[in-house]
Amino acid sequence: MRPKVAFYWCASCGGCEEAVLDLAEGVLNLADAVDIVFWPVALDFKEKDVEEMADGEIAVSFVNGAVRSSHQLNMARLLRRKSKLVVAFGACAQMGGIPGLANLTTARDTLREVYGEADPPALEFRDNGHTLTLPKLFDSVFPLDRAIPVDYYVPGCPPSPKIVSDMFDVLLNGELPEPGAVLAPDHAMCDECPRRDSRPQELKLDRFHRVQETAIDPEKCILAQGVPCLGPATRAGCGSRCIAGNMPCSGCFGPTSRMRDYGGKALCSLASVVEGNEVAEIDRIFEGLVDPVGTFYRYSLPSSFLERKRWE
Amino acid sequence: MEIATATAGKRRITIDPVTRLEGHGKIEIFLNEQGTVDRAYFQVPELRGFEKFTQGRPAESMPQITSRICGVCPMAHHMASTKALDRVYKVEPPPAARKIRELVYSTFMVEDHTLHFYFLGGPDFVVGPKSPAAERNVLGVISRVGIETGRRVIEMRRKLRDLIALAAGKAIHPVFGVPGGVSKRLTREDAAQFQQVAAEAVDFAQFTRSTFEKLVLQNGEYVDLIKSDAFTHETYYMGMVDAGNRLNFYDGALRVVAPDGHQWGKFDPADYAQHIAEHVEPWSYMKFCYLKEIGWRGFTDGPESGVYCVAPLARLNAAEGMATPQAEEAYLQYSGVLGKPVHHSLANHWARVIELLYAAERMKELAGDPEITDPNVRTLPTEVPVEGIGVVEAPRGTLIHHYRTDSQGLIVKCNLIVATQNNAARISMGIEKVARALVTASKVDEGILNMVEMAFRAYDPCLGCATHALPGSLPLAIRVSDSRGNLRSVLRRERDGSIHRE
Amino acid sequence: MPEPFEPKIVAFFCNWCTYLAADLAGTSRIKYCPNAEVVRVMCSGRVDVQFVLKAFAKGADGVLIGGCHPGDCHYQEGNYKALRRYRLLRRLIRQMGIEDERLRLEWISAAEGDRVRAVINDMVETLKRLGPLQKSEEERAHLLEVA
Repeated sequence: MRPKVAFYWCASCGGCEEAVLDLAEGVLNLADAVDIVFWPVALDFKEKDVEEMADGEIAVSFVNGAVRSSHQLNMARLLRRKSKLVVAFGACAQMGGIPGLANLTTARDTLREVYGEADPPALEFRDNGHTLTLPKLFDSVFPLDRAIPVDYYVPGCPPSPKIVSDMFDVLLNGELPEPGAVLAPDHAMCDECPRRDSRPQELKLDRFHRVQETAIDPEKCILAQGVPCLGPATRAGCGSRCIAGNMPCSGCFGPTSRMRDYGGKALCSLASVVEGNEVAEIDRIFEGLVDPVGTFYRYSLPSSFLERKRWE
Repeated sequence: MEIATATAGKRRITIDPVTRLEGHGKIEIFLNEQGTVDRAYFQVPELRGFEKFTQGRPAESMPQITSRICGVCPMAHHMASTKALDRVYKVEPPPAARKIRELVYSTFMVEDHTLHFYFLGGPDFVVGPKSPAAERNVLGVISRVGIETGRRVIEMRRKLRDLIALAAGKAIHPVFGVPGGVSKRLTREDAAQFQQVAAEAVDFAQFTRSTFEKLVLQNGEYVDLIKSDAFTHETYYMGMVDAGNRLNFYDGALRVVAPDGHQWGKFDPADYAQHIAEHVEPWSYMKFCYLKEIGWRGFTDGPESGVYCVAPLARLNAAEGMATPQAEEAYLQYSGVLGKPVHHSLANHWARVIELLYAAERMKELAGDPEITDPNVRTLPTEVPVEGIGVVEAPRGTLIHHYRTDSQGLIVKCNLIVATQNNAARISMGIEKVARALVTASKVDEGILNMVEMAFRAYDPCLGCATHALPGSLPLAIRVSDSRGNLRSVLRRERDGSIHRE
Repeated sequence: MPEPFEPKIVAFFCNWCTYLAADLAGTSRIKYCPNAEVVRVMCSGRVDVQFVLKAFAKGADGVLIGGCHPGDCHYQEGNYKALRRYRLLRRLIRQMGIEDERLRLEWISAAEGDRVRAVINDMVETLKRLGPLQKSEEERAHLLEVA
């Protein structure tokens, strides 16, 4: 009997769904090897179909997206109950992702921004005797493992094709890794970068450039050109595709196992490559980094030590 | 039928979640005592807050941040964002860069429309709207059209996406958009690959068109369904056109035609705020766009109502023709059968196939352009950043990114009108109309509920796109209506617990 | 009656300078506010940004880093590395809503026992004025809601 498999998306963009579809022909092999019992983007099974399953009936649930609503929390819990294994798939499930930047603001300010002068939507609305509900949206965004115990993590925004196909190999055929493992190589992207041969032994920058300020040489190490690149602080496995696109790494694969707070460590790595011994000089060099939190915590704010901006 | 007995005497049917689209949604159908549909609502229960949390971010990071609004159409956001940055920094990309952008964008349109046709919306027609749920999906499509065809579709998508990655870094969340250009040039080898795949794409588009003809247009039942009143609405239509009023996905003016087909307006996308406004309903996080000058008259059809729609059906109504020969031929055939303007929502599927063909032909044109390998692909900005608007036709409709920055280029204000929002009102109307036509307490089954879902699927909605902003503990509002549906009063409980009656 | 707020400071002192200075303050019976929890590191350059963030997350109201004067670092460059990280980190925590007076970097040599007193006392006064960093009950409840 084929193992049952489910895919679900919380506060997600759908890119992780596409990442699975990017197996291309591999999707056909997958569909032969497993019985996909829930996948809203592609299949017509509904929530009640999952509710009717026995606990543990699903072999693996791949959940992407961050948790930021009562509905997503309930779905995460439902799938946890019905599954033997749950995989936090993608940067949002692993670390909070780009939606995690909402942890820099508050619900009240966001509502005002979105709905302006109009009344925002209501959790419960009665119209002519009919009751309509919307889920409660939390003030903060959470990675999946704050909502439920997670067995494995697959990093990336989205996970790269090789990471995805390796994941299916290991979970469906091979020996299961250590619980809690991140299913990707455990060294820095820098080590695999196609431009690493042009990386100087010692890097000392006297300024940082924003991408619109300079044309990036497509042959040389991007950080060495003064453009902030987080390759040194980021887990490998992505195939360095952003570098191939002649743009710097923005850190979507998150930390290696030797880092606890991705943004803090990423900050350290950029601070290490500047020269300057005086405050004024150092501050001038860092002027080129105009948005520290957006640069270092773009994908990982909810999973950081501080988790969110302090409420006023 | 299980559902019919389960709902005998029941007043409420919930479809949760809606499937074969991007994003989260649910449909609530309320039945009255006679067992017929009283009201149906298409609710979008998600919200992430892009318009808020992008404040304070550097403008040049917006193409990569806003692409995370949607992983199915990230290229659309990336491109609208990049174009907005051109205006923010008052910088023109060199011709090669502009062509590379449009080339990659056309490639994306082929790929995304293919996804919708075969994976998302297509199964309803290819497998059948009321076939078992377990078969109404791409795997069911493949079992109907055959494994060889299935492989051909999958391989075509893979090649298109590999090309996008070649030029833009990644297919999902591309990186190549910068103010004043693109991050890398195309070499002759790259261009040759694009030309090769473009030629295959045109063939593939024609193949898709003939598949559609065979499986849908030659099926009388489906044609009746397409033309049926339940799936028809007469609204305004908007799309981007070039100087000759032919459809263009990358750039142009926005043209709006009235339900009777005459041009109601044609404007520079930078003036969108004069013509488009957003309406809020308490029961969905998605806002509803309408034409400002006509006004919001509720969820109704007709020239007096500001409801309009976008995406393939609308674009083919708003345009006066297609800019490439094979697509133009297909368009004339389409108009010959359905007339103009076309008000049948399910005709979106047909219009999408024609757009797929246009995108493939456009891809071929641009890939063969000798200027596309020019190494000059960047104009470095020199002006102080201020404000900019970037508009493209996303697969799912007109997409507007509007940014205002401080003098350092950090985002101060971000306004996004995202494709599916333009369709939100018409989608809601469609759900209700189809539910009313097809659902009764004694007659409902899972297949009929799928047909209600088909009412939105035709638009290929992207609900993650449509709800890009964010949350909180919200007040409760109770609207008290009399038996004639007149609003008598509104009771509101605020966050602090106080209650007001209006 | 509510207890007066006593700020908690986590102080990372380098082994060769500041830690000795604190020792000296001790043996000289120099009194200063007892609010600092001292962590000895071999060099101010050892202070990883993660340490600072963790300290704030775990209840510190302020974090103090003490190192050798520029030019005097036992490892030549370590204190400059600390300085560079510190200048960028200040901007980061400000974006996170943490007042940058809560994070302080001071050069204190082994002989400057009195300076340890002055810096810590000054920091305690500043933190008393700023108030506790910890999350409000409401904020904490929201963060734990999911668990």
